[in-house]
Amino acid sequence: MTSVLPDADASVTGDPAGGDETGGRRAATQRRLVWWKFRQHKLAMVGLVLIACIYLVALFAEFLAPVSSSTFNSEYTYAPPQQLRIDSDAGLYVHGYTSTVDPETFEPTFEVDKSQKIDVGLFVKGDEYELFGLIPWDRHLIGPEDPDQPMYLLGANRNGYDLLSRMIHGTRVSMTIGLVGVAMALILGIILGGMSGYFAGKTDTVIQRVVEFFMSIPGIPLWMGLSAALPHEWGPMQRYFAITVILAIIGWTDMARVVRGRFLSLRNEEFVTSARLDGSGRPRVIYRHMLPSFTSHLIASVTLSIPAMILAETALSFLGLGLQPPVVSWGVLLQDAQNVRVLATAPWLMIPGLAVVIAVLALNFVGDGLRDAADPYKK
Amino acid sequence: MLRYIGRRCFYMVPTLFAISLVAFAIIQLPPGDFLTAWVTRLESEGEQVDPAMLDGLRQRYGLGEPFYAQYTKWISGILFHGDFGESFEYGRSVSSLVLDRLPWSIGLTVFALLFTWIVAFPIGLYSAVRQYSFGDYLATTIGFLGLAIPNFMLALAMMYVAYSVFGLSTSGISPLTIGIAVVVLGTAGTAGMIRVLRANLLDELKKPYVVAARARGASEKTLVIKYPVRMALNPFVSTIGWVLPGLVGGEVIVAQVLNLPTTGPLLFSALRTQDMYLAGSIILIVSVLTVIGTLLSDILLAWLDPRVRLGYR
Repeated sequence: MTSVLPDADASVTGDPAGGDETGGRRAATQRRLVWWKFRQHKLAMVGLVLIACIYLVALFAEFLAPVSSSTFNSEYTYAPPQQLRIDSDAGLYVHGYTSTVDPETFEPTFEVDKSQKIDVGLFVKGDEYELFGLIPWDRHLIGPEDPDQPMYLLGANRNGYDLLSRMIHGTRVSMTIGLVGVAMALILGIILGGMSGYFAGKTDTVIQRVVEFFMSIPGIPLWMGLSAALPHEWGPMQRYFAITVILAIIGWTDMARVVRGRFLSLRNEEFVTSARLDGSGRPRVIYRHMLPSFTSHLIASVTLSIPAMILAETALSFLGLGLQPPVVSWGVLLQDAQNVRVLATAPWLMIPGLAVVIAVLALNFVGDGLRDAADPYKK
Repeated sequence: MLRYIGRRCFYMVPTLFAISLVAFAIIQLPPGDFLTAWVTRLESEGEQVDPAMLDGLRQRYGLGEPFYAQYTKWISGILFHGDFGESFEYGRSVSSLVLDRLPWSIGLTVFALLFTWIVAFPIGLYSAVRQYSFGDYLATTIGFLGLAIPNFMLALAMMYVAYSVFGLSTSGISPLTIGIAVVVLGTAGTAGMIRVLRANLLDELKKPYVVAARARGASEKTLVIKYPVRMALNPFVSTIGWVLPGLVGGEVIVAQVLNLPTTGPLLFSALRTQDMYLAGSIILIVSVLTVIGTLLSDILLAWLDPRVRLGYR
């Protein structure tokens, strides 16, 4: 975005009537004002950049991950993370492993061996995949030059899966499940909250009771009950959608409250009255006239409710009640980290949790910034 | 006051009814009836099932009858005989199983709530009085982090530190695990509580009566404590209403991670083995207790603030 002054901006004419009303001068659109206000919120900008990066990772997961999510090497169980090093003559490399077998349990333990060097290259050939499900390719951003050599930048789990690759693949599921869930919650929230706020009276009372009911019961036991009841023979996709529906069932209440509050304050505004006097039907008044006037508030509360969904999915999957293993999400990865003894030998298994924290923090910052910017006229 | 309590209790009835419907629906959700599933499992393990006992069970739960008939049977058993049904996994009555563990759950939740208050009150007060100071920013940052870190991650991290740095055992009941559970559960609510208290207090501090009190020469300390804090405390009480469901839910997960003998792990294992009468009853009991907790907080609020009980007329 180029920085332009509100009055001097000639290129923005989102609102066709705007030019006439301001006496020949072009006015900045609402959208533009919100953006200006949003940019002043530094943390929100940082959050926005982070979120953009995370979604890019989700989009290009197959290319960015060194190996596919189902590739594992059972010779390297609990291999610790290697540090990526750079050398002027050898280029990028990582150190190899030496393994010692425990004489009692016969379990191998790995240590990074400084004397071995494994060459690492950019755009190397590796597992074949289809980018966006369309373009077949076999290049990966980073990987060992010799595919048989081990490279575990963030360590391996019990089965010798590469944690980094699995985290990158898991980004897609973890970050979209919140979006899909929120989209469903938004639809429910707009319909029910809109009815509640627009019709007021009896409808309002009934819907408010329902909202209070959902808010007064503890969500997690209910989520657990519902997701445990999903049939076991359901495939990954069916489970994914079932989980989003379950998340939305509980998540719509906040949205409904925001929408209702807005409607209640708008229903007596002059433009609503005039639209009604003009002969517009109820749906038209609601969706054409009232809804657009608080889209920015809605976007803010949507952004603020995605993190809750991400956290809920992580918790459910962590307990083994959410998504099931062939699907990889951050919560599924954290299932490996349930036991303290395992954590003591392989503390890197907690790293997916860090990804959750970063994503949630960033979304919270963006949401906060949007909420402040939603009303650009407010001082 | 009595009138307010009566009215408030009356409003609770539909909520409780809806909760019982949801709990019963969860019992019914798994495909097929649970008795058949149970029998198949027993027979696959080579055990014989007495057909007379099966018929007795079928009679008792009204299997094969329509949903509302089964529901009536189930709910009247609970209401009139305190009979929540039988856990097939443990071979004991659900009520005795749950009663063993419920005190732990309630204790943990109450302590976590107290922790939330004790921590959130001074921090919220400080952040509001010294707005935009270093301490305020620190509190806000910690609050944001507290909201972003999943409960179980914090529990895991603390267990890891206790185990690998201090070499302490972190499983089952010990002062350490209970302490971790209280702190972990408490921090989740603290973040939100600090935000609410800070926002409320900031609103109050700008009001004319504060300026008037200041103009009359009241010292800043007594002034803040005596008037605005009292006003800002009201939402503090009413927040129990939204902190409590979160606490109860969080407790399920945290107790599972720390292996504490609360209802959480019981619910979890019941769901895994599809021991649905146990699972449904736990969901029912936990939800009802949450609603009662919210009711208590509302009554407390009405007692503290006459505007609330008058506004309800």
